[in-house]
Order: sequence, then structure tokens, then C-alpha cells
Amino acid sequence: MNQMTQSSAGPGLVEEGPVKRFLRATEIDTRMLGMFFALLLIWIGFEVYGIVYNGNGAFLTYRNLWNLSVQTSSIAVMATGMVLIIVTRHIDLSVGSVLGITAMLMGVFQVWILPKYLGLGHPMIWVLTVLFGLAVGTAIGAFQGVLIAYMQIPSFIVTLGGLLVWRGAAWWVARGETISPVDANFALIGGGPYGSIGYWGTWFVAVIGCVAVALMLASGRRQRARFGFPLRPVWAEVVLAAISSALILAAAVIANGYYWPIGIVKQYAAAKNITLPEGGLEISHGFAIPVLIAAFVCIAMTFMATRTRFGRYVFAIGGNPEAAELAGINTKRMTMMIFALMGFLVGISATISSARLNSATNALGQFDELYVIAATVIGGTSLAGGLGTIYGAMLGAVVMQSLQSGMVLVGFDSAVQQMVVGGVLVVAVWLDTIYQRRVK
Amino acid sequence: MNATAEQIHSETGKTPLVELRDISIAFGGIKAVDHASVDLYPGEVVGLLGHNGAGKSTLIKILSGAYPRDGGQIMINGEEAVINNPRDAKAYGIETIYQTLALADNVDAAANLFLGRELLTPWGTLDDAAMEAAARKVMGRLNPNFRRFKEPVKALSGGQRQSVAIARAILFNARILIMDEPTAALGPQETAQVGELIKQLKKEGIGIFLISHDIHDVFDLADRVTVMKNGQVVGHAKTTDVTKDEVLGMIILGKCPPGATPGPGAARL
Repeated sequence: MNQMTQSSAGPGLVEEGPVKRFLRATEIDTRMLGMFFALLLIWIGFEVYGIVYNGNGAFLTYRNLWNLSVQTSSIAVMATGMVLIIVTRHIDLSVGSVLGITAMLMGVFQVWILPKYLGLGHPMIWVLTVLFGLAVGTAIGAFQGVLIAYMQIPSFIVTLGGLLVWRGAAWWVARGETISPVDANFALIGGGPYGSIGYWGTWFVAVIGCVAVALMLASGRRQRARFGFPLRPVWAEVVLAAISSALILAAAVIANGYYWPIGIVKQYAAAKNITLPEGGLEISHGFAIPVLIAAFVCIAMTFMATRTRFGRYVFAIGGNPEAAELAGINTKRMTMMIFALMGFLVGISATISSARLNSATNALGQFDELYVIAATVIGGTSLAGGLGTIYGAMLGAVVMQSLQSGMVLVGFDSAVQQMVVGGVLVVAVWLDTIYQRRVK
Repeated sequence: MNATAEQIHSETGKTPLVELRDISIAFGGIKAVDHASVDLYPGEVVGLLGHNGAGKSTLIKILSGAYPRDGGQIMINGEEAVINNPRDAKAYGIETIYQTLALADNVDAAANLFLGRELLTPWGTLDDAAMEAAARKVMGRLNPNFRRFKEPVKALSGGQRQSVAIARAILFNARILIMDEPTAALGPQETAQVGELIKQLKKEGIGIFLISHDIHDVFDLADRVTVMKNGQVVGHAKTTDVTKDEVLGMIILGKCPPGATPGPGAARL
């Protein structure tokens, strides 16, 4: 076994420094690590800029980081699907518009139609609305997928058409009216004080997360041990588990560090007949529901991409479509299903976006396609196909959102914001190509 | 045209493993394969020879399900087989090593070996460890120096990639093996290994179609040759009945020597 690990490094084995040895032993994706540090740099940069020019660094506050997490959810969910689309050498330009039409239809469904039959505020309204929205998103995605896979129209054209068609349709559904407010239960999916799981709920989720990481590492190790394959050194496994757990627990501390605004606390106290103690009541937000949804989607999509046949075929098709076909993979059906899955995820994002806004407007999701594609590409998905990771795209989404809300926070005007985001996208991809060449 | 099979194998009375009868396919008016018939018996190696563009690869891609044929029949063990796509062909035990290798470059060797036929855990997820174990076993037989199981196959050398493609074909107990230029990217030592492998597979009763430009290779390994020219079969011959020069004459001029059975593409001289 020792011999295997030795020889797998191939000829020209050079003496490695401690950093390299650490990275090799833990098998941490160095590209990922680079992105993580870039993100920290952006965060600290905004904080410092805020301190220097505005007198207070508003970026690294519990409140801002909590808001950042909620704002990222919708784009992050869609970015996970965009990874699969771009990996198979396609593109989806229609996600923003599909989000718009789906949110509009959900708005009409839950505000105009369902209350007529169930009565206003019926507890089933949000369930039916979400199911309806997911079905609409999936159907639109599948329809575009059929055009791409079976009628062989390039995905760029189909979804460019979709970008216009579905945006127009979103206006047409309610003649441009804004539908508001949405069902009260539905609105919780968008986050907010009531749409978060609170102090203990957050610690519960965090601990479960840590345990899950440990179990996953252990089961991976057992799998490889079963066949006597080379294993990571035990210290590397422990370090990995410790780092992941620390990140999860840090997220929990941040989410719990942001307390309910005083107005909401007063409202809440009045409703529950609690007298406010001296110095006010500190109620933690905890993880917001949309953030948990995004985290769950990230885990589920990572599982699908790496542990299932479906995911394996996605990457095989991206690497060599002809080989995939010759290996007996039904590539047309796969393409259709990938676009249907994208539509399903857009349905989730439409739910989050309209719930957060507490209304459905025909402009919802405008330019989202660009942010989703940018997040995916910044996250390391190659437009040439075959390469990409779900967690990379999630991190890419956080980078994009950090830039955006950071610039709002420090007071850049919107023209400058656009220019910076566009510039960063190009520079990020340029740096990545340099990195890729270096690795080879 | 089936006369060939009967003439050569009448003494044994066996049914052919594969019989391609009157296969035709045209691409935009060009008859890439024109009423070609070939057969293959268990434990036999048939070499398919011809110039570039003679129709060898196309004919074989019809058998492996990659191209839909315009006309003709495919018989497997004397019964008509329905082959419309690569999955159908694999169900009949037909495995193919393509000239282009047909590997997904971005995934590792094990993922390529099992592409389309992944091993699953009881929970329906990919059993990567089991696939890697099987990959190590079969690669150990083909290319004992191969160690790079964790890398995408695009990082491998030409010879290593070729051994992955070969391993994929023999992993699933093929009954019929199609090898399209299997040694094109290999060094002399690896080529010899493939030769050994072919002899071994033959002993196991597997029928092999060997497509090659290298007439020496074919004479070393094949029991019979079928020569194609311009999409038509020039003729069939046992390698013991003809000389290399005569076969070259078949390839270049379409001239059928006395030791061979002429096909429809034989030049009328």
C-alpha cells in the first residue's frame, strides 16, 4: 500500500514543503482554498474601507453577515443547477425570467385563487403554492430541455428565447400588477425574524452538521479500507473534521449573534403578553429558513453530482458526449432531465425570492441569469464543459453577493457597482485560467 | 455471399457467432458500406483490412450499434438480432474498442471502465471503491505498471489511455470483441501484450474482429481476413491460404488471389 502511494506521484518526485504535504494529505481543493481566501479578503476589504471612509466598518457585523446569507440563497440554489448545465456544455439564459413567471403564477395562485376555495390564511395554502411553483418551474425547464435535446435547437437560442418569452409572460399573467402580500406562512420561507429557526434550533442544526461531517469522513475511510486502498493519514482526517466543524459552528455563532430588531421584539412581547425586562429582550435570529434550504440543496446536489449515476453521466457527457453515447448513455434524455432539474431549482428560488419580498412582481429575478452564470463560472465551472463543483458555485454566489451588498453598504453608487461586478467576473476567470495552466 | 462461411466452415458445421449479411449504409449519397457480408466464429480472430475510407470502421460501428444501418441483417448465433443503439449491442455481449478510444477525458479510469454500467451500493449510490478495486484488478492484468487510478484519463499517456479502453471491453465478459486499431498508440512492448491478450481471449472462445492498417499484425493474430475497398467486400481468405503480398493486392487493387473467396467488390480482371 505504501508502495502504491509512493509510485502514484509519478516520476520527478520533488521534496515537498509542509504546506504542500498538508494539502496533499488532506486532499483539500487548492483552488477552493484560494477562493475562500479571496472571499475573506473581500470581506475584510469592505470592513476596512468602511472604517476609513465612513467611520464604521458595517460589513463584518452579525447583522450584515446574516443578511448576506439570506440574500445569497436564491442565486446559490440556481447556481447549483447551472453547474450541471454548463458541465454538459449547455447554457441557461432564461433562469431569471423563469423565476419571474413562476413567482407571478405562485402569487396569483396563493392570493387570487386558493383563498377563494380554502379561505384566507388556510394552513395548506403555502404547501400547495410551493408544490405548484416547483411543478411550474420543472415543467418550463423540461419543455426547454425537450427543445434542446430532441429538437436539437442550441440551448443558447432556446433559453435566449425563453429569457424574453417568460419575462413577457410574467407581465402578462397579471397585466403588470404587483401581487402582495403573499400568504403569511409562505412569507416565512423568505427569512426574517419569524422565518428563522432561533437560538436552540440553530445549535441543534449545527451539531447535527458536525456529526454528519464526522460520519461522512469515517464512512469514506471505511469504504476505502474495505479494499485496502491507500488512506489519508488519520491526523489529516481529524484536521478536516475539525475545520469543517469549526466553520459550521462559526456560522451558528454569527446567526445567533444577530438579535431581533427592537420593534419586532416589542410586537412579539405584546402578542405573547410578556413584559419587556430592563435592557430589552435579546432574541436570536439563528439560521434563516432560506439559508437552510440553500444548504440542503447544496448537500443534495453535491450528493447527486458525485454519488449517483445521474451525476456521473452529467460529467461523462461533459467530458466527451460521443463517448457517453457509445457507452450506452441516453444523452438526450439526460439533457432533458438536467434542464428539468434546473427548472425545479428555479422553482425553489422563485419561492425564496417572492417570499422574501412578500410579493410577486413581474420584474422579479431580472438579471438573475447573469449573476447565476457569473457565480457558477467564478466557482470554477469551465464553460468548455466537463469541469465544475457544486460547492464552488455556492462559494461563487457568496462572492458575488458579498461584492454587491458590500458596495451598497460602503455607499458606491449603482453605476460603479455594475462596473465592479463585471470587472471582477472577468478578472476572476482570468486568474483561474492562469491557475489551471500552472497546475498542468 | 454466405458461401464464404459455408466453404470455410462446412467441415465444422458450427453456426457463426456473428453474421453480418448484406449490410449497407449511405451518408448523403456516398455508399460508405455497400452490401457487405462478414462472419465470425467463436474463438476466431477475423482481420478487417482496407484503406482509409474503405468502410471497415463504419461496418463495425453498425454492429456495435453506433450507426443505424440502411439495409441488411445482423445474425447472432444464427438468430436475427435487433441492434439499434450501443446498449442493444452490449446486451448481446458485443464490446468495442474504438479507434478514438471513446473515453470521457475528465473522469478517472474506473469511472470510464464502468461508464454506463456502474456498480452500485445497496442504497443505489455509486460504489466507487468497488469499481476502483475491479479497475485495479483488470488493469493489473493488462498494464501492471499502471498506478494512476485517481487521475482523469486526460492526464494519462496514449498507451495508458489505450489500455483503459481495452480493459473496458474485456471487463464485462464480452462474447464478441471489436477492436478498431487497438495498438495504434502503443509501444512495441504494449503491442505484444495486446497480442498475448488476443490469443488468451481466443482460447476463452471469444470472437474478435480486428481492424488494422498493419498487415503484419493482422497476419500474426488473425485466422481469416476480410478485405474491403470503397465500401465493398473484395474477398475473404484464411491467413494460411494467402501471402501478405496477395492481401496487399486485394487492399490496393481489389484483386482477389486464388486462395481467397471473392466478394462483390473484387475487381473483374
